[in-house]
Amino acid sequence: MDRRQFLAAKRTNPAPAPPPEQSRTQSGLNPYSGPWTRNEVQHLLKRTLFGSTRADIAYFLGRTVDQAVNELLNPTAPLPSPPINDYSPATPDPAVAAGATWVNNPTNDGTLNSQRRNSFKKWWAGQMINQDRSIREKITLFWSDHFGTETTTINFSHYVYWHHAMLRQNCLGNFKQLIKSVTLDAGMLRYLNGYLNTASAPDENYARELQELFTLGKGPTVLYTEDDVRKAAKVLTGWRINNTTYAVFFDATRHDSTSKQFSSYYGGTTIAGQTGANGALETDDLINMLFAKDEVSKYICRCLYRWFVYYKIDAAAETNVIEPLAAIFRTNNFEIKPVLSALLKSEHFFDVLNQGCLIKSPVDNVVSSLREFGVVFPNTTTEYADAYGMWNYIRNWFTNMGQDIGDPPDVSGWPAYYQEPQFHEMWINSDTLPKRNQFTDIMITNGYTRNGKKIVINAVAFTQSLPNPSDPNLLLDDALAILYRVPISATAKQTIKEQILLSNQTQDYYWTNAWNAYIVNPADTASFNIVNTRLKSLYQYLMNLSEYQLS
Amino acid sequence: MKRREFLKNTVPAAAILPAVVDGYSVKAFDNNSPLLQALMNPTIDTDHVLVIVQLNGGNDGLNMVIPISTYSAYYNARSNVAIPQNRILPLTGYTQTGLHPAMTGLQALYNQNKLNIVQAVGYPSPNFSHFRATDIWMSGSSSDQVVNSGWAGRYLNTEYPNYPTGYPNTTMPDPLAIQIGSITSLAMQGPSMNMGMSITNPTSFYNLINNVLDPAPNNPMGYELTYVRTIASQTNQYAVRITGAANLVTQQSAYPTNNSLGDQLKIVARLVKGGLKTRIYMVSYGGFDTHSLQTDATDTTIGAHANLLKNVSDAIKAFVDDCQFLGIQDRVVGMTFSEFGRRIKSNSSVGTDHGAAAPMFLFGKQVIGGFTGTNPTIPASATVNDNIPMQYDFRSIYASLLEKWFCVPSSTIQTILFQNFQSLNVVNDASCRTTGVNDPNQSAGEQLITNYPNPFTESTSIKFKTRGGHTLVQVIDMLGRVIGTLTDKEYTPGTYSVTFDSGPLPTGVYYARLQNGPIQQVRAMLKVK
Repeated sequence: MDRRQFLAAKRTNPAPAPPPEQSRTQSGLNPYSGPWTRNEVQHLLKRTLFGSTRADIAYFLGRTVDQAVNELLNPTAPLPSPPINDYSPATPDPAVAAGATWVNNPTNDGTLNSQRRNSFKKWWAGQMINQDRSIREKITLFWSDHFGTETTTINFSHYVYWHHAMLRQNCLGNFKQLIKSVTLDAGMLRYLNGYLNTASAPDENYARELQELFTLGKGPTVLYTEDDVRKAAKVLTGWRINNTTYAVFFDATRHDSTSKQFSSYYGGTTIAGQTGANGALETDDLINMLFAKDEVSKYICRCLYRWFVYYKIDAAAETNVIEPLAAIFRTNNFEIKPVLSALLKSEHFFDVLNQGCLIKSPVDNVVSSLREFGVVFPNTTTEYADAYGMWNYIRNWFTNMGQDIGDPPDVSGWPAYYQEPQFHEMWINSDTLPKRNQFTDIMITNGYTRNGKKIVINAVAFTQSLPNPSDPNLLLDDALAILYRVPISATAKQTIKEQILLSNQTQDYYWTNAWNAYIVNPADTASFNIVNTRLKSLYQYLMNLSEYQLS
Repeated sequence: MKRREFLKNTVPAAAILPAVVDGYSVKAFDNNSPLLQALMNPTIDTDHVLVIVQLNGGNDGLNMVIPISTYSAYYNARSNVAIPQNRILPLTGYTQTGLHPAMTGLQALYNQNKLNIVQAVGYPSPNFSHFRATDIWMSGSSSDQVVNSGWAGRYLNTEYPNYPTGYPNTTMPDPLAIQIGSITSLAMQGPSMNMGMSITNPTSFYNLINNVLDPAPNNPMGYELTYVRTIASQTNQYAVRITGAANLVTQQSAYPTNNSLGDQLKIVARLVKGGLKTRIYMVSYGGFDTHSLQTDATDTTIGAHANLLKNVSDAIKAFVDDCQFLGIQDRVVGMTFSEFGRRIKSNSSVGTDHGAAAPMFLFGKQVIGGFTGTNPTIPASATVNDNIPMQYDFRSIYASLLEKWFCVPSSTIQTILFQNFQSLNVVNDASCRTTGVNDPNQSAGEQLITNYPNPFTESTSIKFKTRGGHTLVQVIDMLGRVIGTLTDKEYTPGTYSVTFDSGPLPTGVYYARLQNGPIQQVRAMLKVK
């Protein structure tokens, strides 16, 4: 859906009572030098990865804050191999064998493109589920939200994948380069009609979003004019996509070679019209002009802040965090890593007031629970059809909960990241919250069975991975130290322990005996069932509490 | 009592609503309200309610229901905890047995014919582990069987086979079962879904007692937590019904104070009177694991166990009285159980260790008052390993209540309890003897999986409805093992059939489980000879 239409149709901001003044912090970008315990590690991991597994927490506990953030920002795993044909033989593909990748064999066939777009989304879900110990997956999702393309609009599956691969490749690189790559990306040229933008019939779609959504944002200090949108559109005329080779190229005959003068907001800059192949260089001039505005660095830093810290940016956060962060961004010529590094190592990031306040997105909610409980999926290579099938099930849950990856509602991305004043709270409503509970209920009870394979949370195996499963108090503490950010009172823990793990007894040794009986004789059904029933109830209960929705 | 009569007694006519519906606008409950229409649904079946009182820890039945006729054997076996004979509460017209001196409330109920005491209830090869024994009682399994669903859950699954698809609805707008407490127990677990709801459940707005929710801290984390909790409370599909029912009842008769079992039963009475159609309520009361200092060291009639029994007795008496006060006494019966009794011989810590069979109480106006069974046999000189032998299998109590209180046909009872059990004359079955009970619950919700014939001997045809996409039908036995997968592939939306050929599988209960995207539904199937 076109964003203009969408906004016109649906801009009905809920207007709840103004939130009470929050006890927000004055802390800024000074490097954090406080304690480095499970709590801080877990905070860092929940924000940069999907969930904090026990193994990951242990791994980063053995490092310093600096080392941990550096490792998270410097993925060592190679970029993943591309999605494959998981749809044949049901849907025959004349060019691509089952199990082989389709991304280098573009097609015009509508059915195949639909199947391949699905294949791409399943694969993407799989990448997140199988993520490495780096920020790559979360920041890739961030950029896909930032640029907000929709696979159904791009339609051609190869453009969809190439666009995604470009984001993934540049996700921790240079933002200015990323903007240039996005501008000349076939998927984006299709998505915002750039390939139809010609001297005789300019199309302003991309020129507008480039400024309003991708670089400058909106706000009282962002004063570009409608005329600037038109001028930028003229600058960008002439980019096309070859129908045979699918390559992006510059067609000088379609380029508007007149000079373009911009408003006083851009200092009255004139981008000199160029002819022939040099017309393409005007795009660089335009990007340089945009990046000369400080609003670009501030806007992107705010977007990153909302994604990784919290959605509320008060005056103190603007002064103490956003502005210095934006300066770092500019000083480093728009390299992304120095910004994330300064933010994630800062006192502000580790401030207790910024912990546990992020409402998990649907993807975060689902993938975190799968990863933290170590749900085992079919082998990606040897059982790829099963793996894709399971990923598809998971991907459908993202969609059910309101986050259809690859297809946000429009070019603005998901409203949770821009819609004032609710922001992240928009993820949680009377429709999506029960679905979150339903998903975790299914995963902890019967799981999902497909083609003889099953994905399910193994409550006993998870418990066995904890350091002290025979002690019900430590068991609960250790599980919460993985699953929860919100602290639970001793009273609540006592109640949960007694009512679930002790079946209303008061003596801890009843659990200890039951657990030890299982360990001594794991093949005994009765012993297994005794611990399994109680553990399933425990984790189901913990995942149903509202606390579980926060990271 | 017929459902419609009951409604006339419970829900007042619109004209007098304001006086009763404390604080609620008349509009919310006028004749067009879904609440009232649902309550007046004329085709509803039995309106009976069962209240299950769990006494956690293993209650010492021998000091609760005391054998007067074999008093010396009783005394010899446990002189350090034995109740003096002259302190045992006598029961009208029944001299051989009496009650613990703290249980004056139950003594009165017995004398009013509202209490049936079933002697020595247990099961063959008793288990002495709290957890395992609790699971056996909750699941209704034999001691050598591991069943991962609960007996009440299986009953509710036969009664509301489509749950949770299509629930709540006008026929069943309420939770099928309610557990007062935080955690829904195994007893409520159906073959696939948990059929119960806990009303101190975190997703519930309505924390009546034992609130384990921590207050939200005053910081951004607390702010967002409050937001999620608010949505959670608004979202609970039963929230409005439960508050509505609770608010309809503004006056109840007196309950004991500082008695958590009484607090729970008071809520149950309120919700029943308020019109919830919930079938089963479960409450629990713990502390019965009396290995030491079960009684005061010098006076065996007081101490820990006496306090527990007093609370049980006072709470149940108050509840039965309240049911009469509220006019729901013909709809409600209750039963107590504990995972086991305790050893005949006491230990030297003035306590008793884990034992076997023990008495159960059934209470309510529609209970057939008196004793079922006789005093347990106690050896003249009991040894440490002596246990009370079982007279009645606990599943006979379940079966009798299902048959005579919930009017469940005997073939279905066999599906629920896996075998045939003795039928005991413990509750008035008049309402089940009237013919033509029309049970609309069977068709409530959307039925997605059925089989025919059922019961079956060799094979049965399973019909299922899919919304399209990946669809799975598997057959699971009562232990939760997958016996077979009948289909596991992509479908276009529609109704399909597969055949289950049971081959050499033993007779018994099997569940056909449908999985279609996020939907799951099970169908109980009975294989017979």
